[in-house]
Amino acid sequence: MKYYLYVFAIFCSSFIYAQDCNSILLGEIVDFHDNSTLSGATINITGKNLSTVSKENGKFTFKNLCDGVLELEISHPECTTKFVTVTINGNTFSEIRLEHHLEKLNEVKVIGDVPKSTNSAQENILSVKDIERNSGNSLGDALKKIVGVSTLNTGGNIVKPIIQGLNGSRILILNNNVRMQDMEWGEEHAPNVDVNANQNISVIKGAAAIEYGGDAIGGVIVLEPLPVIRTDSLFGKTQLNLSSNGRGGNVTSSLTKSYKSGLYIKAQGSYKKLGDLEAPDYILSNTGINESGLSLNVGKRDFKQGWEGYYSYFNSEIGILRASHIGNVDDLINAINSDVPSVINDFTYDITQPYQEVTHHLGKLSYYRRFEGFGKWTTQYDFQQNRRFEYDIRVGDDADKASLDLKLTTHSVLTNIKFDAKEGFYLKVGALGRYQTNFANPDTGVRRLIPDYDKYDFGLFAIGSYELNKDWTLDAGARYDFSRIDSKKFYRVSRWEERGYDVDFADIIIEDLGTQLLVNPVFDYHNFSGTAGFHYELNDKDHLRFNYAYSQRAPNPSELFSDGLHHSAARIELGDLRIKSETSSKLSVSLERNTSKWGYTFAPFLNSMKDFILVEPTGVEFTIRGAFPIWSYRQTDAILLGVDASLYNNWSSKVRTDHKFAWVKGTDTETDTPLINIPAANFTNSITYTIPKWNNFLVSLESQYVFEQTRFPDNIEVFSPEQQENVILDINTPPDAYHLLSLNTEASFTLKNKNDLTVGLTASNLLNTNYRDYLNRQRYFVDDMGRNISLRLIFNY
Amino acid sequence: MKTSTTMRRNKTLKTVLALSLMATVLTSCSSDDDTPEIVNEEEIITTMTVTLTSADGTATFQSQDLDGDGPNAPIITADNLTANTTYVGSIELLNETETPAEDITEEVAEESNEHQFFFSLTGSLAEVAYTDEDADGNPIGLEFELTTGDAGSGTITITLRHEPTKPNDGNLTEAGGETDIAQTFTVVVE
Repeated sequence: MKYYLYVFAIFCSSFIYAQDCNSILLGEIVDFHDNSTLSGATINITGKNLSTVSKENGKFTFKNLCDGVLELEISHPECTTKFVTVTINGNTFSEIRLEHHLEKLNEVKVIGDVPKSTNSAQENILSVKDIERNSGNSLGDALKKIVGVSTLNTGGNIVKPIIQGLNGSRILILNNNVRMQDMEWGEEHAPNVDVNANQNISVIKGAAAIEYGGDAIGGVIVLEPLPVIRTDSLFGKTQLNLSSNGRGGNVTSSLTKSYKSGLYIKAQGSYKKLGDLEAPDYILSNTGINESGLSLNVGKRDFKQGWEGYYSYFNSEIGILRASHIGNVDDLINAINSDVPSVINDFTYDITQPYQEVTHHLGKLSYYRRFEGFGKWTTQYDFQQNRRFEYDIRVGDDADKASLDLKLTTHSVLTNIKFDAKEGFYLKVGALGRYQTNFANPDTGVRRLIPDYDKYDFGLFAIGSYELNKDWTLDAGARYDFSRIDSKKFYRVSRWEERGYDVDFADIIIEDLGTQLLVNPVFDYHNFSGTAGFHYELNDKDHLRFNYAYSQRAPNPSELFSDGLHHSAARIELGDLRIKSETSSKLSVSLERNTSKWGYTFAPFLNSMKDFILVEPTGVEFTIRGAFPIWSYRQTDAILLGVDASLYNNWSSKVRTDHKFAWVKGTDTETDTPLINIPAANFTNSITYTIPKWNNFLVSLESQYVFEQTRFPDNIEVFSPEQQENVILDINTPPDAYHLLSLNTEASFTLKNKNDLTVGLTASNLLNTNYRDYLNRQRYFVDDMGRNISLRLIFNY
Repeated sequence: MKTSTTMRRNKTLKTVLALSLMATVLTSCSSDDDTPEIVNEEEIITTMTVTLTSADGTATFQSQDLDGDGPNAPIITADNLTANTTYVGSIELLNETETPAEDITEEVAEESNEHQFFFSLTGSLAEVAYTDEDADGNPIGLEFELTTGDAGSGTITITLRHEPTKPNDGNLTEAGGETDIAQTFTVVVE
């Protein structure tokens, strides 16, 4: 018997912060044909052994549900059993309409968020609206909406997320359950993901989600597609953004076809093109971007079992500010002392040297099967290939040749079993195997910055969650990771000796080529991580979360092997073969209140790190081309102390204000000096005015104040060949505080279906303020981006 | 029903196998298992020798950096000069990481439109005049004349720029281009 499902989940305004295990699902089973209610339908929550029967009025209720996606099994004497997916987000109402006459589905809409990965950790979700508003930006820019997340930029288009003061390899990005392997070690290597490919984005601050990896000391960014509903439907979404700054835009489109059988296919594509960005007073020459993304999901979801195939392609070509390509330390001194960049050309869409081009392929196959009264088994294989070219300004025959050409290939196999047959308790155990190989192409004619290597990883984990009673939920986990890196690298004999490797690593030399040595470092790392915490519900509004996470991270190839002049950054980067794993112990507490009127989150944390790996300027080295600053990696003990706080208040049904404050203090406890590159405190306030009657009209004004970072390491003294004397290289001094305003307005219109077209207009840096940010590596050379007015059109069909 | 499930499972299994196979093929195609190939940088200039000739004889300035971007600083030597004398100067550039050493001077001369040496003087060094020019009549600086002042000490900074704006007024910032060489010699004038 065919029937028709209409699922509509309504959720409260506190969607960003809500994570309750006291949510109530109120459902109603209605006959679509005559709107009569259907009693006597049996509703089961699959995997939870919870069931109920719809009453006379067709209604049914489940209490004490955790937020997340649930699968409901609905059976009625007159129908065959069917499954429906519902997203629980706070108290949720779900209307399920059964209808015999119509076979075609008009609309399927599920609004909601990803299920949370932990109970006790600090975890935030980015709303679909926020993702839409940032469709033309990078993932890092979108994540900045979350309190405690900031970014490390190389210009406007290379944006790396920082979570509670930590970035790079300490942040794990999970793209549709695949851990991104995309050379995240470099400061100018942005995550290779399309912000438009996934509509569920959440951030877990800290290493509590050890299921995904034990080394995510900074946190985990989870990107997932929206769950597909088991029904016959075809729907799509297209979004177009046009930006004044960069004089370009992007378009993204997705189409999803699903079937009652649980089969689904989803295709999505994006294209973005921007020319030179503009600061308030000048063009930022050679800062354009060309980006394209494609993703394809095919799968079948059934209660008993399911599978999915996923492929994603991402390519980006990003210009590097021409004025940041400098010759030597004197050029850097001149740039720091000069207010305007050394090169300002006319606006162009062309990208020339220096620039980078990165391509990322990701393929995944996964399969799950549920065993009655036991649990769910999931297994997954994924393949990734990341190819990175960096082009510097070169001359003669090599002008068009890349200076860096790396190919990183990764295969991973994971499997886990989740025992969830017992209500209020689950245990998940899993294993991971991974092989990775990096190939540095010698055809560049430039000595390799990162060498060829093979890396093997093996991990085992167990996590569990236990509902002690209706107020207390406990969670805990443990993980072991083995990692071996086997590299073949050439060292200059002079460097080998300067680093003292001739004493410590004499036995790993495999070939002496006169001026260079070929060595074979093989390092093994055994890392342990563990987490424990609780979630306590003081009442139905107030929650307290406490989490402790212990985690270890093996050094990345950059920290170990970096060796040489990074032309585009005009700096010599030096890794150290002696670097060992770093260890973090992090305590985080979160006190939350969520009501329809107002709510807040107050979340302090303390992260104590042993053997923390950092890179900082340490001096200069002289070459025939002049002197270059050296950035060396070293290890020290450090403490990060901070707080993320947010508050919202609905002053009336139309006016809402949001307030966010984040602060972090990083200290090198061995030298008792401030850590480098710690985000400055920032305070964001916004007021939103909505008139639902006027096509959901919304206007909001946001003020962002970024304080001056007053804690930074000392500047270094260098010899300037040009000035023939020692001068202070002002490389660590942060820029002044700044204040930015942005205005956003949007409304929805009805073309074919209700509210299927959303039109939005956003002006960021509204007052065209001149500013420089401490965490933008181009702050020595230019001001940050000026005003940007962007128009977006979002069409659902 | 059961048969269809089994069939479906077989299909899934086949897909998994096919993709694993593809992945294996892809991996084995890459050549990274072998010993990596050494990179000897070609564009590198290790040595600049400035020969200065006057009626009294010959003086030499040299900067030699055999390890390129390596930790060792260039070895800089400069002979003493005679006060109030004009020297005929010429510059030779070598890449001594290769055997025999590669003469980069020729390359600069061939691409003279795209190169220029800049001279910056202090103290007892009075003046530099270009004595060569490229096809467009702009200075190159492989050949020049250096005039000393009174006895004392002084410095000469020699900068080689690749693809500078030509012609230019001798100002490094405005000339732009890429720095191939930037060396300063401290000279005793007696």
